[in-house]
Formats: sequence, C-alpha cells, structure tokens
Amino acid sequence: MTQQFYVSPEQLMKDRADFARKGIARGRSVIVLSCREGIALVAENPSPSLHKIGEIYDRIAFAAVGKYNEFESLRQAGVRYADVRGYSYDRDDVTARGLASVYAQSLGTVFTADSKPFEVELAVAEVGLRQAEDHLYRLTFDGSIADEPDFVVMGGQTDTLTGSLRSDWETGQDFAGVIRAAVSALAGTAANGADEGSAAPPRLGPGQLEVAVLDRDPESSRGSRRAFRRLSAAEVTEILGK
Amino acid sequence: MNLPAGGHNSIFSQISHAATSSFTEYLARSAPDMLPGARTAGAAATGASAEPLAPHATTIVAMTYAGGVLMAGDRRATMGNMIASRHIEKVFPADLYSVLGIAGTAGIALDVTRLFQVELEHYEKIEGTLLSLEGKANRLGAMIRGNLPMALQGLAVIPLFAGFDLDRRVGRLFSYDVTGGRYEEQEHHSVGSGSVFARGSLKKLWKPNLDEAQAVLVAVEALYDAADDDSATGGPDVVRQLWPVVYTVNAAGARRIPERELAAAAEGVIASRAVAGREA
Repeated sequence: MTQQFYVSPEQLMKDRADFARKGIARGRSVIVLSCREGIALVAENPSPSLHKIGEIYDRIAFAAVGKYNEFESLRQAGVRYADVRGYSYDRDDVTARGLASVYAQSLGTVFTADSKPFEVELAVAEVGLRQAEDHLYRLTFDGSIADEPDFVVMGGQTDTLTGSLRSDWETGQDFAGVIRAAVSALAGTAANGADEGSAAPPRLGPGQLEVAVLDRDPESSRGSRRAFRRLSAAEVTEILGK
Repeated sequence: MNLPAGGHNSIFSQISHAATSSFTEYLARSAPDMLPGARTAGAAATGASAEPLAPHATTIVAMTYAGGVLMAGDRRATMGNMIASRHIEKVFPADLYSVLGIAGTAGIALDVTRLFQVELEHYEKIEGTLLSLEGKANRLGAMIRGNLPMALQGLAVIPLFAGFDLDRRVGRLFSYDVTGGRYEEQEHHSVGSGSVFARGSLKKLWKPNLDEAQAVLVAVEALYDAADDDSATGGPDVVRQLWPVVYTVNAAGARRIPERELAAAAEGVIASRAVAGREA
C-alpha cells in the first residue's frame, strides 16, 4: 500500500494558486474600460477567429485570458445560462451580477475540488444607461469576484498596465480615447517584455488586436437591443491613427 | 452522427454531445418542460379537440420584391366566433436578415417565435457566425414538427418564413405544414384562415420587380381582400387607427414599415374601393 504524504491545506491552496497564476501570466493581456459612450474591450490577440472577447447577452460581454479551451467552455456556459434565463423570465432579468456569481461559484468549486484549477481570469461587463451604472466584474481562478471601477486589466504584468492606465485616466472619454489609451499601455508592456533596450516600443497594429464595444444606447444608434459590436480592422486603424 | 474519433462512448463523443450550438437541443436536455411542444393537452383519449379553447391568429401574406422580401399580417385573433384581440402582432423579426409570421393557435405560436428568435441568436453567439437561410428554415421546420402532437389535438401552428439569402443575394420564402414539412415558395404566398382570398388577390396584384413601396401597397390590399371575405381576418381599423404589421427584409436587414406609411396605404385602398362603389 502506498503511503499518503500529509500536505497542509495552506500548502495545497498555495501550490494550486501558484500553478494557475503561472499559466495566466504567460498569456497576453486584456483590458476592459468603461467610458462615456459605453464599454470598450481591448485584447492583444493575433488570431482573427479564436476570440478572447465575446457577447453574452443584450448588454453583457465577456473577456478572458488564460487557456483558450477553458475560457471558451466558460463563455459558452455563460451564453447558455443567459439565454435560458432570458427565455424563461424576461430579457431584462439577465444581469451581469447573476452571471458573475455563477462563474464565481463554478471557478471556486473547480479550484478546491478538482485535480487542476482553471488557468483563466475573466471579466464580465454590463453597460448601463449611464456611466455610473456600468458594472465591471473581475473573476479570478479561485472564484474571487471584484466589482472594479473604470477599468479591469487581466493577464500578465497587470500592475504595470494598471499603473500606466491609472496615471493618465480621465472619466468621460469617448471610445477612441480609451481604446488608444489601452493600446498604448499594451504596446508599452509588449516592449518591456520583448526587448529592454529598444527605445521605441513596437506599435500594435489592428492585426494583433481584438477590439469590441458595448454601445450605451444601441436601440437608437443601430435599432438593435444587442449592444455588443466587434470593431473591424479598418475601424481600429482609424481610431489608432497613423 | 459519424464521429471521427472512437465510438459513442469516446471522450470526443461525450464532449461533442455536450457542446451543442442549438438552444432548443440544450433546453430539451436541461429543461424539457420549457419547450413549447413538450406539453400535451391530454384530451386526445376522449377525441375532443382543444381548438375552440384558445385564440387563433389568422392571415399572413408574404411576397418577394426587387431586392428583398416582404411579410405582412393583420391584427386580429379570434376564439370561435368572438374577436379575442384586435391588437395582436403576428409578424416578427427572427434575426437581422429574416422574419416570420404565424397562423394558428396564438399562444403556442408566440412561444415558438420566441424560441426561434433565441435559437438563432444563440447559434450566432456560440458559433460566431450567422446560420445560413436554409439552416434557419430547417430549424423552424424541426420546431413545428415538435408541435405535431398538439396539432393533432387541434392546436396547430403554421408559420411562414422569409429572409434575405446572403449567399445568393435574393429574398426567399418558405412555407410549412403541421408535420414540419418545409416548402420553398416562389413570388408570393399566404397562410391562415383568410389565405385563400389573399392568395387570389396577390395573383392579380403582384408583378415581378415591384419596388418596396408598391409591395407594401399590394400587401395591404391583399389583407383588405382577405378581411372582406373572412370574418377571422381584421381589416384596417380607421376608428382605432390599427394597421397591418409589415416587415421588409433586404440586403440591409429587416425593417418594420412605420405606422404612417401603412396608414397612408390603407386609407388609399379604402378610398379607391369607395370611389369605385362596386360590390368587390
């Protein structure tokens, strides 16, 4: 019979957390920002089809970093949860808070009970009728949940990114303003990671970016109740300028 | 289903079974009681029909025009010889490029519509692309087939589906029977109790390459003719200012025709008939 070695719960949780953190830090970052016109979601993602950002429901979007297969299954589960809820009650009864707490529960259960925690970090964003009513929830691999103001940064080098965004953050910007801020922050960390010595940071073109927005008032601007809209490469180029 | 890896108990099979892009399939697995077809009236044994118990939605007309399709429905629901509703709407956008109209038992038809709208949106969100028009038409057929037990008890739902085919760049029409059979229609079609009269009217009024405004006039006049001879179809109501619900679908997407255009079209039809001063 094999002898079971004793591992203290503290050590077990720490090992799992370290394992998950390492997996997440390897990935490229995603930034979700609230602004006057709505919520912008910006990801560094060279693939045009394997999305890190997705639509969940009328006013709710999803963004993730980490292992693709894990967050993709979580995204699909979120879409199913929202559609079932909206179908059985009403479309207005689907909220980001409800979705975020379901995510938190499943992430927490997997973290403690399964053999391997999810190596993902999620953001659930809900655009309100006014900027004060926007909700940005950040969910980590262990099931902790936080309601963050202004913006959420996920992935590797979050401290550097948060610092550089916070230093020139002003409320009431439009989509173009916050997307430019997010892209320049992402480009800054990409430069640090790639080559410490290079003077000019390499620019992130539309080819390396995935950008989507939640419009604050899609009913009047597009005649649709679905606020989520992916920006094409041409639109991103126009926003970033020369 | 042919699976590339292993048999029905392989890991791949289990995963692909769990990962469906269809909302209806997901509901059937997780909450089957929420599906419209899952209920049965329970009156089949006695042979009694449930038909007179529930409101019925009536006439829908649809036609192609230059660059798209149009669908229109009157505003009446009946229960036996009574008018159950004067305000009911029976034509709905299914997604950005398709619309559906419903005739038959109103309650079930509205449920089927809601489920179909969620089905299309769900597929779009999970897969990241729109279903093809044929795919949408087939999904609707499957839902109508699911309602067959209810149809046999007198609670039938007959939809009419129209959409813009983004691959072929044309508007197309599909009709259905209670068993879910799907038939592509050319030029124009109508369903519901007043469909016979509307169809006769459409045969005389419809012409190839109508523009959108002309197509709206034709639809309003066809519904007027249906209401003239079918007591279950409502005509334009000038007292309450109720006009048919009309949607057009073209390359730019589905659009609801505004009330004032419909008011003008309906008043035009009434005026021309009044001036003619004839029996029909």
